[in-house]
Amino acid sequence: MNQHRPKVLAISSGGGHWVQLLRLRPAFDGTNLVFATVHAGYGADVEGCEFRLIHDANRDQKLALVKSAWSILFLLLIERPDIVISTGAAPGYFAVRFGKLLRMKTIWVDSVANAEELSMSGRKAGSCADLWLTQWSHLAAETGPKYFGNVL
Amino acid sequence: MIFVTVGTDQPFDRMVKVVDSWAAERGRTDLFVQIGEGGWEPTSIPFTRFLTPVEFKERFAAARVIVSHAGMGTILTALHHGKPILVMPKKASLGEHRNEHQLATARHMMSLGHVSVAFDEAELREKLDGLDKMLPTSTILPVAAGPLVAEIRRFVFSNPR
Repeated sequence: MNQHRPKVLAISSGGGHWVQLLRLRPAFDGTNLVFATVHAGYGADVEGCEFRLIHDANRDQKLALVKSAWSILFLLLIERPDIVISTGAAPGYFAVRFGKLLRMKTIWVDSVANAEELSMSGRKAGSCADLWLTQWSHLAAETGPKYFGNVL
Repeated sequence: MIFVTVGTDQPFDRMVKVVDSWAAERGRTDLFVQIGEGGWEPTSIPFTRFLTPVEFKERFAAARVIVSHAGMGTILTALHHGKPILVMPKKASLGEHRNEHQLATARHMMSLGHVSVAFDEAELREKLDGLDKMLPTSTILPVAAGPLVAEIRRFVFSNPR
């Protein structure tokens, strides 16, 4: 075990959030990396990497949200990452909020899909993350997210 | 082959119905559409409700051009594989999504020259006729690079617990 390798949990829901998270892989070179998302089929995208499953939910599904939140809290307690990074959506929100409570460092990368305003989960999760990033320069703000380019 | 996809979230009957009637009118047999759970079933073109990530990749690879909802996953995949893509944004006002971000995505990706956009059914019909002439607008690297990656790396390696 190399003590200087930070442990990173990269976590998101499926679809575009997952595709964006995968595009950020060069940022994690040299870390102890664990991916987590909502469909077992996505494991094929990260062959050779640690891969965990969590329950999916969106903000209209109350019961699924509770299941999702528990699965993510459990994952964080098992994996104990130094850094939690998410590109959204609801599962990312839980990961950042719980990660913060567990004194992990948290990164929220707002989806490039949010080109005109931040999403609801983005505003809530981003404002409590240690590093809050938007992918659109016109959405960067003094008291809001910072802009350093996008996943394209 | 024309690959049509509505994404994994919700169906997009408004788009699928136009594509289906267009294919019937033009006698096209080179389409395949993923319609989503509970989506309206096309009468003239082969379809599936859901594709596994591996199946999705295979359909993508076999396609010359992509017709899709304005979801970033599909857009990024098309740009990465150098496939031209025509998108139609799902509208929350019509119950097709939870908020109007697909309109924003479509407008901004179009202004960057990455996608062609049909904002309504009439425009979709019109742009389907131009599909065979569509060329890839831009390609992107397989992974992100540049200042976003650099900033995340800086943070990851400067924050030991």
